Parts: sequence; C-alpha cells; structure tokens
Amino acid sequence: MKVFHGRVVVPGEARATALVSHGGFNTLASFQHSLMFGDKTAKCGDQNNPDLYNRPMAGTALCMPQTIGSTTGGMVLYCASAMGRSPACLLFSKPIDSLAAAGAILSDVWTDHPMPTVDSLGDAFLEAVQTGDQIEVASDGTVTVL
Amino acid sequence: MPQYNMRLTPEQTAILEGAKGETMAKIMKTLVMYGETFGATHLEPVTGSMGHLVTSFGLGVMKPVYELMDTLIKEGCVSSQQFTVDPKPIDPKVPAGPIEKLIFKKFMYSAQRSYDDQLAKLGLLSDAAYTCACYFDEVGNTPRQGDVLSWAESSAVVYANSVLGARCNRNSGIIDLFGSIAGVVPCFGLLTDEGRKASWVVEVRTTKKPEAQILGSAIGMRVMEDVPYIRGLDRWLGGELNDDVRAYLKDFGAATASNGAVGLYHIENLTPEAREKGDDLIREDAQVYVIDDAELQRIKAAYPVIWKNPDAKPRLCFVGCPHLSYAQLTEWTMAVYNSLRAMGKTRVAIPTVFTAPPAVIERFNASEYAEKLKATGVILSYICPLMYMNNPLCGKKPVVTNSNKLRTYTSARYCTDEEILSLIVKGVN
Repeated sequence: MKVFHGRVVVPGEARATALVSHGGFNTLASFQHSLMFGDKTAKCGDQNNPDLYNRPMAGTALCMPQTIGSTTGGMVLYCASAMGRSPACLLFSKPIDSLAAAGAILSDVWTDHPMPTVDSLGDAFLEAVQTGDQIEVASDGTVTVL
Repeated sequence: MPQYNMRLTPEQTAILEGAKGETMAKIMKTLVMYGETFGATHLEPVTGSMGHLVTSFGLGVMKPVYELMDTLIKEGCVSSQQFTVDPKPIDPKVPAGPIEKLIFKKFMYSAQRSYDDQLAKLGLLSDAAYTCACYFDEVGNTPRQGDVLSWAESSAVVYANSVLGARCNRNSGIIDLFGSIAGVVPCFGLLTDEGRKASWVVEVRTTKKPEAQILGSAIGMRVMEDVPYIRGLDRWLGGELNDDVRAYLKDFGAATASNGAVGLYHIENLTPEAREKGDDLIREDAQVYVIDDAELQRIKAAYPVIWKNPDAKPRLCFVGCPHLSYAQLTEWTMAVYNSLRAMGKTRVAIPTVFTAPPAVIERFNASEYAEKLKATGVILSYICPLMYMNNPLCGKKPVVTNSNKLRTYTSARYCTDEEILSLIVKGVN
C-alpha cells in the first residue's frame, strides 16, 4: 500500500481501478469517439496514447500528468460526466491544467456526477501506480494505491 | 457562501450570492472556482471587443451542452459581447458517400440547426462568423496587443497570445462563453507578466526552413503547456510579421497547441513581446531543447499510420486546418495550377478540399484566382475538417493532410506541403 498527498481541486471520495497515462492525456482525442457513438464504457480513442488506446475509461481512477490538446477538453469532460461516462476521479501528478480544471469544475457545479479531482501528487505517484491497481481517494486529497 | 481567496468586488459577490439569479450565480461560481484553482488574485474585465467560442458543432449526443445553452438563454444569461465560433462541421460541397451523408445529418450533427439558433441568440457575430481563424482581417475579430480575452480554440488562443500579444488563457469550451457573459475572466497564468515568461529555450539549428507543422509538433510534445522562447527561427522567417510569416506562425502554433498544450510562444526578434523584452522573458531555470534536422526527421517518422492498409491510395486530401489565410489560399492555388500545367494535366489526381473562413472565401471568389482553382477540381469549403473526419466511416478512409492538428485528432495521415502537392498533382502509382 502506498499513500500520496495532493491538492484537492474538486472535493470528494472515490474508490476505483486505476487507468494510467504516462504521457499527456488528450481529452478530445480520447473521448470523442465514445461520446459520439454511444460507447458507455468510453474506450479511449487516442491513437497517440499507447497506455490508454482502446481501454475503457468510464468509472476508472484516471491517473495522468496533465491533459493536452483541444480547448473543447473541459466541455468534453463535462459531457462525459453529465452522461455518466466519465472517470470516477481524476488524479494528476503535476499541477492541473486549465482545460482539465474547467471540466472538473463544470462537472461539480453543473451536474449530479462530480469527479473528485486531486492534483500535484508528484512524479513518484505516476511511477508507483499501475493500470489495474485499486485506488482510494479521500476528501482531504489523500490518494492510496491499495 | 464558501470563503474564496480571490478579491471580489461587491457586485461580483452579490452575483455569487444570487442577486442576478441562480444561473448567473452558478456562472460566477464556475469562474471563481476556476480562478481559485490557479491562484487568481481577482477577476479581470474582458477588454477584447469580441469573444471566440470553440464549440460550433450540433452533435446530437452532446445533449448536456445544448440543455445548458437553453438554460442560459431562458435565464437571459447571454454574452455581453459578440463572438465568433469555430467552423461548421458540414458542407455539402465536401465529398462524402451516401452513407456518410446519412450519418452526418441523421445521427451525428442532427442538432446543428437548433445549435446554430442557440448561438445566434447568445451573441454570434453573423452567419459568416464560423472559423477557427477568427483573427484574420476579413473576419474582423482581431484583438489588439494587451487585450484581455475570453476565448477558447487552442489554435486561436495561441495565435492571439503569441502573434498579436493579447492575453488569454487556454480556456475550455463553455468557460469561454461564461467569461463573455460575465464580462470578466480570472487573472492567472497567461494573463499575468510572470505567467508569460518562458521556461524553455528552444534552439532551432536546422539547415533549412523547418516545416511549420513538424517544428510545432516537436515543441508541443516536449514543452507540453509551458511557454517556449524560440531562438534561431528568425533566421528563416525574418524579423517582420508579414502575411507569409503570420500564416507560418498560425500553422506552427496550432501544432504546438494540439500536439502539446502550448498557449503562448515567443520567437526571438519576431513576436511582439520577444521584440520588446528579449531575454528578460526567459526564466532563470529554463530548460533547453535543441532542434536540428535529425530531430525533426525523428518526430515525423514517429507519427503512427493507423490506416487499415498503410499503402492505400489516398481518397481525400484536406489542406487548411486551421483555416487558410487569403495569402495561403492564393499560394496553394497557383502551386497546384502551375504544377498541373507543367505536367500537362488540368485536374488534381486526388479529391482535394481547401478550407478557409467564409469571409476569405468570399474575397477569394471575387479574385482572378477563383477560376484557376475551379479549373483544378479542388473544392473550396468553410468546413471544419476535424469535424468531418469524426464520422466512423472515415476511420477506414485513407485521408491525407498537411495539418498536424488533424493528424492528432483523426486517422488522417500527415504529409509535408511538398508531399501533399506532389500527391494531389501526380497521384500515386
């Protein structure tokens, strides 16, 4: 069991299976196909992300350094959340970027499915966590890799 | 009400507490939470004359966005400034099979007409305001240096910050509109002098002018969301922001923003802030990235080709993501026209679409170049190639493009300008 402490961006608790992207998470490229064509598991459509390509993202503890790409990113996360296809929580090793923050905050303020979001967990977090690990997020920003 | 660290005016606090209704309170709460996340000190008035929104597509399944828009309109929460918006996703002129057309109209963009109506009610500048390159003179949404903007669209934000010297964060869709409605944006990041300093120095040491789209891709993938200060590029671009250079920087910036998350770059001796402040823009602990011919070759060779048959003959070519400027459009027209004539041909070998803003198309159609382009068989459209490529059948269609942004988000294969010209003129044996 490994414990990490980050900063709370959107408070909340979650318990989910880790899905880890070691490179920047391209939100539009990852979600657009699944949102358009009714894939409730939200399989990642980003061909440039070997860690995630074709893996289901809905309900996971999505671990990444930051998000990258189109400025539709926050809106895409908001839609995924409102449609019940978002990750259970967002966990960032680095300080969160503006697009991911927008998505997390829009989901918190405007939907009934907020995504607890913690950033600044450190590079050691992404080195330690592996896809398939069980993750527990506490409301104070403590993230436990079980 | 939660305690916020940000300094709010009495009016902003009252809005947060519901003085202008629940919806306006939620808009303000969203902006304040967004700012608090990044340590914003206050909300800065938007001084740019117009906004720019990234969401132009009426995608039937994205109901949550349209329901939110309905709520905003119903509650009178419309934009306090006019805005432009990204290109439309459908144009009947662009080649598509009958099944694709059915998918576009009935399944994908079934909400287009109603969303266009929503945009008009929220403050859209005009029916011709659909383009990602809103900053072109013909379109009329060109910020001044120092203007504070509430824009989204990564390629437009990076251009406005870097080439025009405006101030805008990489806002997300919806946040862009909220800032235009509230008339304020949180002051952090690229709105501040400190946030505009470079944490990377990029040394360009190539033996020829680097392809804008590959150079931008390389820098974006390396620096992610940081600000790069680029040395050595002025050797190839010169020191004047003329039409050619602005077009180069548009394409370069789009690649940095889509392959990474760059919102601002400085180019030594060229972009406005680099000319004014020079090395003072570089942080003391800045990292260095050297780019030579081999590095650009390595970057291009690493792009995956996800066509079912990597050796397939291209069935469609897109040029213009972001939209082409008038100068680029005339240059491409003459390049194709003259190359075809030199080979004794009249029409392109691969169906090809050039994309540009409606206002640029109008200017072009009134010029002597229009007939020349028509003669080559190239289609001129206002469409967003990215939205076109989102249909599921495109996954199987071999499409080529000179846009690194289009490559990043779709199955389109990237080719340099020279390769594209050769492909569409000569075809593939």
